[in-house]
Amino acid sequence: MARLTSLAEAISENVKDGDTVAMEGFTHLIPYAAGHEVIRQGKKDLFLIRMTPDILYDQLIGAGAARGMKFSWGGNPGVGSLHRFRDAVENQWPRPLEIEEHSHAAMANAYEAGAANLPFAMLRGYIGADLPKVNPNIKQVTCPFTGELLAAVPAIRPDVTIIHALRADRKGNVLLEGIVGVQKEAVLAARRSIVTVEEIVDELNPPSPNSVVLPSWAVTAVVEVPGGAFPSYAQGYYPRSNAFYIAWDEIARDRDSFRKWIEENIMKAGPEDFAKHAKKAA
Amino acid sequence: MSDFTPTEMMTIAAARALTNDDVCFVGIGAPSAACNVARLTHAPDITLIYESGTVGTKPDVLPLSIGDGELCDTALFTVSVPEMFRYWLQGGRITTGFLGGAQIDRFANLNTTVVGPYDRPKVRLPGGGGAPEIASNCGQIFITMALSKRGFVDRLPFITSMGHGEGGNHRERLGMKTKGPTRVITDLCILEPDATTKELTVVSVHQGVTREQIINNCGWPIKFAETVIETPVPTETELTTLRDINARTRKAHQGNKEAA
Repeated sequence: MARLTSLAEAISENVKDGDTVAMEGFTHLIPYAAGHEVIRQGKKDLFLIRMTPDILYDQLIGAGAARGMKFSWGGNPGVGSLHRFRDAVENQWPRPLEIEEHSHAAMANAYEAGAANLPFAMLRGYIGADLPKVNPNIKQVTCPFTGELLAAVPAIRPDVTIIHALRADRKGNVLLEGIVGVQKEAVLAARRSIVTVEEIVDELNPPSPNSVVLPSWAVTAVVEVPGGAFPSYAQGYYPRSNAFYIAWDEIARDRDSFRKWIEENIMKAGPEDFAKHAKKAA
Repeated sequence: MSDFTPTEMMTIAAARALTNDDVCFVGIGAPSAACNVARLTHAPDITLIYESGTVGTKPDVLPLSIGDGELCDTALFTVSVPEMFRYWLQGGRITTGFLGGAQIDRFANLNTTVVGPYDRPKVRLPGGGGAPEIASNCGQIFITMALSKRGFVDRLPFITSMGHGEGGNHRERLGMKTKGPTRVITDLCILEPDATTKELTVVSVHQGVTREQIINNCGWPIKFAETVIETPVPTETELTTLRDINARTRKAHQGNKEAA
């Protein structure tokens, strides 16, 4: 059964130095508050996994928390580059970053394979592309029935997956709606999982029998953090702050202004500071 | 017709490539603007799909990311990302993919990964995202990007997604049954692959643009088709639609600024 706990405890109990950590959320429901707690607790040597490392992973990389990253698109959506990610790859600052790069289709399939307890995923992918030449984890398998050559990638099995969801009940059952991304697969593929939620309610009342629900017994820890996805968003709670995504470009471009931002907004802040974003649109 | 910018001409020419019957996988940025102008003008029933899982979406403002709430709010339905890539894209349900890119070569291969060597890149770009499989699994591909020497290069440092590979029947030889890139829409002209060699060739030149301008902005010796037409200028409706959605978008994206 999931333990309802504080963010500080959830992170300190479940995220260890050196762990393979997936924080998922496809634009929607990105677990910013939890990622900030990881930085605040000084976790290090993490191998990060995420299809679309955006600002949150830019912050983790720039803060020096990561030794490596497995990903399929590393940019600030609609804005441009992730400057901290670029600085790490191009100049090894603040430390070298080992990268394992895939396509979205391969990552999505690899999470699904992990959730299904399979060793690898296959797809009709990477045809004519150069990634297989630089990533030894992209191989080929032959279909035993038709002889077709298909791409194969190892299943993703994180030590810990962290996601943000809309709400949970007091037993720790969790509900996601809207753009649900790969969060269900990422949680089910992981050894441990932390879910932050906008609110904890008496009755979950899933809006449909087909709603995406992660049962308490499939989750390790549940934490109430209103606003915890900001500047990403929570469908029905508050919108994406596109303005902040645009503003980040300037903040992250320069190492000093980045460090200053981290100091003021992460090291000297706490999960409760996210609540003001939740109240805004409610 | 009133004045229009080269970028407006590009977006509108790109929009015209789409039809009402298309099921279109939409890339972010310029492709997204073109796809929504098509939907708001001549192709009201077009199905727009964004890789975040939103199917049949009708955004009122252009999304900044491929997963803005606006896309989900206005979609017919929203699926998980594995379902999107497995059933809908790999399943062969998508007629048209609309992509942009940082760099393109004469066979419409795209690079959005690195400039310089992969291990020691001069510029680390975001990477492929959905593009490698969009490029191979959609029925056909449209590409839109501004014509420049930096973007249209003689040789790509990295092939993120394959267009026509080495040209000719390269796609077929690799077992692909889809058409690949059939049109590249730029701010100066429209290119299409030659029927045999698959080399991108100028088929239409925008009003007021000279051949020299096109030649000087391309990184390889660009070829012109035997018959080159002038791209029809934007209509009043096309231009108003584009400007309106851009204005709504600017307003919306500046609306919720606040430090985290």
